[in-house]
Amino acid sequence: MAWLGAILTQLLHLALVLVAAPLVVGGTRWLKARLMGRRGPHPLQPWRDVRKLLRKRPLLAENASEISELAPLVGAAACLLALAMVPSFAHGMLLAPVGDLILLAGLLALARMALALAGMDVGTAFGGLGAAREMSFAAFAEPALLLCVLTFAILAGTTNLDAVAVLLRDGSLGLRISLGLAAVAMLAVAVAENARIPVDNPATHLELTMVHEAMLLESSGWHLALWEAQSALRLTLWFALLAAIFLPFGTAPAGAGPLAWLLGLLAWVAKMAGLCLALAVFESAIAKMRVFRVPEFLGAALLLALLAVALLFVSTGLA
Amino acid sequence: MLTGLAAGVAALLLLALAALPLGRLPFVGRMVHGGCLAVCLWLAGVALAVLLGGEAPTPLVLPVGPPWGAALLALDGLSAWFLLLLGLVGAAASLSGMGAEAPPSLPAFPLFLAGMVLSLGAGDGFTLLFGFELMSFASWALVAARHEQAENRAAARLYLIFALAAGAALVPAFGLLAAHAGGASFALLRAAPPEGWLAAAVLLLGLIGAGAKAGLVPLHAWLPLAHPAAPSHVSALMSGAMTKVALYVLARLLLDLCGPAQPSWWGLPLIALGALSALLGALRANLEDDTKTLLACSTIENIGVITLGLGLVLAFRGADLGGLAALAAAAALLHAMTHGVFKTLLFLSAGAVLHAAGSRRIDRLGGLIHAMPATAACALVGVAAAASLPPLSGFASEWLLLQALLAGWRVQEIGFQVAAAAATAIAAMAAALAAAAMLRLYGLVFLGRPRSPRGAGAHEVQGPEAWALWLPAGLTVLFGLFPGVLAQLAAPAVQALAGAAARPPGGWWLLQTGEGGAGYRPLAIALLLGLVVLGLWLWRRQVAPGGAQRGPVWNCGFIDPPPHLPFGDPFTQPTAGGIAQPLRRMLGVPLFAAREAVEMPRPGETRAARYEAGFQDPSLPLLLAPIARAREALAAQAERLRDLTIRRNLSLAFGLLVGLLALLAWLEAR
Repeated sequence: MAWLGAILTQLLHLALVLVAAPLVVGGTRWLKARLMGRRGPHPLQPWRDVRKLLRKRPLLAENASEISELAPLVGAAACLLALAMVPSFAHGMLLAPVGDLILLAGLLALARMALALAGMDVGTAFGGLGAAREMSFAAFAEPALLLCVLTFAILAGTTNLDAVAVLLRDGSLGLRISLGLAAVAMLAVAVAENARIPVDNPATHLELTMVHEAMLLESSGWHLALWEAQSALRLTLWFALLAAIFLPFGTAPAGAGPLAWLLGLLAWVAKMAGLCLALAVFESAIAKMRVFRVPEFLGAALLLALLAVALLFVSTGLA
Repeated sequence: MLTGLAAGVAALLLLALAALPLGRLPFVGRMVHGGCLAVCLWLAGVALAVLLGGEAPTPLVLPVGPPWGAALLALDGLSAWFLLLLGLVGAAASLSGMGAEAPPSLPAFPLFLAGMVLSLGAGDGFTLLFGFELMSFASWALVAARHEQAENRAAARLYLIFALAAGAALVPAFGLLAAHAGGASFALLRAAPPEGWLAAAVLLLGLIGAGAKAGLVPLHAWLPLAHPAAPSHVSALMSGAMTKVALYVLARLLLDLCGPAQPSWWGLPLIALGALSALLGALRANLEDDTKTLLACSTIENIGVITLGLGLVLAFRGADLGGLAALAAAAALLHAMTHGVFKTLLFLSAGAVLHAAGSRRIDRLGGLIHAMPATAACALVGVAAAASLPPLSGFASEWLLLQALLAGWRVQEIGFQVAAAAATAIAAMAAALAAAAMLRLYGLVFLGRPRSPRGAGAHEVQGPEAWALWLPAGLTVLFGLFPGVLAQLAAPAVQALAGAAARPPGGWWLLQTGEGGAGYRPLAIALLLGLVVLGLWLWRRQVAPGGAQRGPVWNCGFIDPPPHLPFGDPFTQPTAGGIAQPLRRMLGVPLFAAREAVEMPRPGETRAARYEAGFQDPSLPLLLAPIARAREALAAQAERLRDLTIRRNLSLAFGLLVGLLALLAWLEAR
């Protein structure tokens, strides 16, 4: 029966994140607009945009290659697969044994590479500029992320996301300064990976300042719809990851019944809403950085993560 | 099996001998390379038989050898693993060489292969060093083959200097061990592991000797010059196999011959140098604007990653963590194999591009995916593997290495723990930098628009040159999907490095850090990815039937180019320098003293604006320049001997004679 529960939770999880992804993006936008005193678009607006774009035929440049056709599919698939491994309302999903944190980073890198290749496919100045910047930011974000993973690996003894989350939910580790430092580092990485303020402005249409959007300037139709979906999935993934590791309360344990799932679902919705609100407040309160200040921002995250690891070495008497 | 190995070496030597008088004939180049292909496949088969057979065959005594002992041929798990790599890489390179026009130094190619096989199949220190030096000499001849160009001459000269330095360090390393053990055969050396200052001296000499040949920072200055100077299939062999032979010597010397009882700190120099190489190599790959130089810098990065893995093996073994030592050993061995194969693929692709589009400079290429679709597809596989993206082979070995690094804290010493954490961060940064470099290579060479008329007239390569791409491309995909099989195959090699009780991590279908530890199941990941892509595609067809329309590029409303620019305005396309700019400013300024200068014309002036960017490798001012200065000073001192009077000359000779006699008397007395 255990595998039946695993399959069921996996399917429910997939349906849930697919519903949640546009709402996370739309909700954050709506909250930001309200914080700025505007009425803002409906939270379901991203969903409507994607649906509209999906029906349209893309217009490709004359010298675009198959990369432009394939990259949106690969990027969206990698993000969706990664998201399918991050627990939402229940542990012990079908893909839990596969859900390794390093693999997650690899899948996100695959999506990033697909996006950057698509940006360079036609040979326009902005596409190349955005791709170069995106890959450069990753060079600072990845080490910070890996050091956070090291913190979890020391505490939990494994890099399997489900195992880490279960251990943190059970509370046997207690509150630790290291976890707090790692949380701050992870938040900074999440902001950079999702191209949010202060690293990049998701609402910008001023080409000179942008990173993520610059690579999408030549996409249209359902290509653009898939890219938009990919960016929504990625934001949802990072929120779900942060929620699973740092806010593990209420998630249904493996093999639990539908009642526990319902409770887990309510808890997850509350966590995601809280994270959306936090992002909206943070983005409203801070200005965008110059591109060449971003390494300092991510370097601070790297140092915090290193500090978290070093504190762990000292405090737990591992030395 | 060893007779097979000896037959392979003999066949290679015969091929070299045959090429010596006949090299100028038009069809001989093809025949020699074809022969090398057959021998390489044969050697790969021999290596597979040893790896699958379990027991290592007893050493074979060669009929020729030095006067003081026998020359032995032997194959154990470790050497068989590297021989398998050499067979695969050599086969692809030879196949590609069949298509290229015969280089002027044809006999050096089989000689180069023979040297590598000899140093891998050696059963004693002398044969190993002989093979190693043969490999150095033959590859120097290949690098110097096109010596009409001044930069190739300079590259060959620097290469020779480093090869001599490598030999000058390795000969005393083996000499010290042999003097201590009373013989040069590996069995004798293993029985008498060095201790104290002797062990430290062997560690230092081994690191210098093998590191200089492998391209380990700070002894890497020759690599970005020499690898591109050789013909492309030779560059593939040098990057894919020769650097691995040097790492094999490093592993054999430090992890096998020095015995299993060396302390944990032995790993630290390897970890430090490996991390440094990984970071500097990957960053420099982002700054170079020549395809083959870029790939050579990426080789430095991967050599660093493998050395990091070997250092972890030493550290874990010294701390009695057998399981983790096996994990790190598997990571290093797997990365050696996967890197050897995908780097061969990338160098052969760069060779195909050079042949078809006439240039190695990125700023003269572009848009080749339209003219060379098959090469572009193969290169994409190699690029994705080099960027360590799942589910390809580069990610599998990188995953194992990161897992080994993440377990570094289990060595109960805080200094090592912090070092391992720093190495983790550096390895992650190097992986991300490698991805950036590979994107830059692929995006500028294969995507976009042509940047020169010659590049616009490119055509797909034909014949063996094209077939040679499919072998490493297929292997890269295969190794990526079945790294568990590869790790099981490497079990004898893992045992040679990590102890007889070691088991490779995981089973046939997955890589796993240990019982109940995290696992990586690439086949499942690949299937799921394929399924999702297929699902998305089918769903898209349901909602939006009809393919894409074509139109002029939008480019933010940039106007169409004038008719005299048929490939569009080159200035609206990113250049190699432009793509490198963010990383040059962020990391190149502190690490490579990178500089940028923009010279804008004043209003009213009609000259063009100028932009200049450059960088300097820190090993040049910090290592090579002082050595060159010291040599000059020494030469100036020696010059003074010429002006001595005859009386002083005679007394000098007399003093020397007395000194030598005294030395002889002292040696006799001992």
